[in-house]
Amino acid sequence: MTPATEPMLQLLAPDGSYGVEKEYSRYGEVIDSLGEDQLKTFYRDMARIRRFDQEAIALQRQGQLGLWVPAIGQEAAQIGSGYAVGKNDHIFPSYREHGVAITHGVELMSILKMMRGVNHGGWNPEETRFHLYAIVLGSQVLHAVGYAMGVKLDGKVGTGDLDNDLAVISYFGDGATAEGDVSESLLFAAVNEAPIVFFIQNNQWAISSNITSQTKVPLYRRGEGFGVPGLRVDGNDVLACYAATKIHMDEAREGKGPYLLEALTYRIGAHTTSDDPTKYRDEEEVEYWRQRDPIARFEVFLRRQGVEEDFFEEVAVAGDELAKDIREQTFALPKPPLESIFDNVYSDDHPEINAQRAWLRAYEDQMGGHE
Amino acid sequence: MAMSNYQEMAIAKALNAGLRKAMQRDDKVLVFGEDVARLGGVFRVTEGLLDEFGDSRIFNSPIAESGIVGTAIGLAMRGYRSVAEIQFDGFVFPAFNQITTQLARLTYRSEGFQQMPVVIRIPVGGGIGAVEHHSESPEAYFAHTPGLRVVSPSNPNDAYWMIQQAIESPDPVIFLEPKRRYWQKGPVNLDTAPLPLHSARMLREGTDLTLIAHGPMVATALQAAELGAEEGISIEVIDLRSLSPVDYPTLLASVQKTSRVVIAQEAPNNVSLGSEIAARIAEQAYYYLEAPVIRVGGFDTPYPPAKLEEEYLPDADRILEAVDRVLAY
Repeated sequence: MTPATEPMLQLLAPDGSYGVEKEYSRYGEVIDSLGEDQLKTFYRDMARIRRFDQEAIALQRQGQLGLWVPAIGQEAAQIGSGYAVGKNDHIFPSYREHGVAITHGVELMSILKMMRGVNHGGWNPEETRFHLYAIVLGSQVLHAVGYAMGVKLDGKVGTGDLDNDLAVISYFGDGATAEGDVSESLLFAAVNEAPIVFFIQNNQWAISSNITSQTKVPLYRRGEGFGVPGLRVDGNDVLACYAATKIHMDEAREGKGPYLLEALTYRIGAHTTSDDPTKYRDEEEVEYWRQRDPIARFEVFLRRQGVEEDFFEEVAVAGDELAKDIREQTFALPKPPLESIFDNVYSDDHPEINAQRAWLRAYEDQMGGHE
Repeated sequence: MAMSNYQEMAIAKALNAGLRKAMQRDDKVLVFGEDVARLGGVFRVTEGLLDEFGDSRIFNSPIAESGIVGTAIGLAMRGYRSVAEIQFDGFVFPAFNQITTQLARLTYRSEGFQQMPVVIRIPVGGGIGAVEHHSESPEAYFAHTPGLRVVSPSNPNDAYWMIQQAIESPDPVIFLEPKRRYWQKGPVNLDTAPLPLHSARMLREGTDLTLIAHGPMVATALQAAELGAEEGISIEVIDLRSLSPVDYPTLLASVQKTSRVVIAQEAPNNVSLGSEIAARIAEQAYYYLEAPVIRVGGFDTPYPPAKLEEEYLPDADRILEAVDRVLAY
């Protein structure tokens, strides 16, 4: 399965040139409607999330985070799709969607808190509509489908009222497609005609397992047997990712049922900071994909569009400020209160939790206090 | 009591009536699972609900247990209260990951932003002459998992009320139905709930020994107590009703009175609910005990072929053998 031999929506070539093939003209029309401010926002956020990612890796290396999960190389897939999600839509991420998170108002520090071990999530998924990170692969995809089934039961699909209708998008990787939960999700979505887009970021590596060991059929076709059509998109092309997500989320919201998008991208960094990719892949391959970098490509495009140097300088300065800021905030994060161990295990009162909380309090008092 | 509105019904019918009541009270209550709609489930617990509530409130799911529980979680996030049926105890394991890593933890993970009012109904236990995977007692797996509540009614009145209380809980509840007792009849008080969901109940008063059971074993325990009485042994029978949390104050009050305990269960004894209860009684009522706590359970084998289940399942005689051992101290 050679990625290049499959049809793929690409609007922005690796050299930064823009062009729309005839069969993809409706995707091009979406881009025609974007103004310069929106294009600049794509760039600003891709650069911002990369700078954040680099700083987070540094913080982990210095022992300030327990773990970091880099998304370097996947910025276009995440920022492009994230901005195409509508104002009422809900997002069910995996655990590498830092870029999608910032398109929906999730504080970057919330993600760092989780990776520092201060909490297990800790943003409000109702407020942000960006649900909590899911570490068990594929588990969140079923939640997304259940949520979408509920949206349909609520009558919030296909009414034509854009303030009322909503759809759901679930993110997962090429590795997660092997999980049974993902297959069950495609099935439940199809038979319930649920308003959902399955967004696969195929970054081609599931830790050390190459995509060739995860599937025999290209992933954009994974839904076919379930009745879920799909499209491959150049995941390093922010415009293609935006246009495809916009059109298919709109269609899901209109009641056309589930759809699958495969964003073909590449994980430039390690799986996590615990991983060493030099043990299982060639530097040549990584270099090939560095040449297809999503941010550099978009910068070329923007410069050709007439965006001036001072914009890029301003973004670079903002990145340095962000890095400094999150570094300071990470150092300042307090340890959570000890008794929060017992909070929210249950919503209702629970005698065992009450007893253990009281025991720990008494024990700590006897030992001279905790903090 | 004379003023109350009583009706005689079997456990399966009582569950059906309780589900109907819950669905009438709150239109966010959904019922789904394998074959629950037109057929009414393989045990007919949901019979007739489709006609009353329509296919947006009760519907068949694809035969995929992880999908059933996973979508129930998503529906809970959307404000629905799902009652998901797992067709048989042995088929819950494909959903085990969604139950233990997701359903049980999402309230904790989200720091309370997301509640999980999901009820998972599972017919449990043996005694119906079934093929493999239709006679399991998996309660310990769920009772071991923080974030879940686990309950099991033993009679029609509890079935009617506990299913409604479970649906009202903001937390996930594993609701274990005593499969071989589905057709056991009894009075249901349609006006007043007997007890809160997580209370145990003393069903028969006694002075010599406390016999603890739950779900399908309660009827067997009552039979043992009856036979014991004929031999002059006064056995107090306690129906746990709630398996997580366990109502320890009720158990300990009885142990303080009788000083002797037998725990009867269908599950294999090793690392079972009975093991935990025995340990807790030893910890909290040591000075009251005159004898070790004895468990009477299934053997530590897979559930045997149906032709051997009569010997595998603890019966009144096996319980009384344990009673004799405890009384010999």
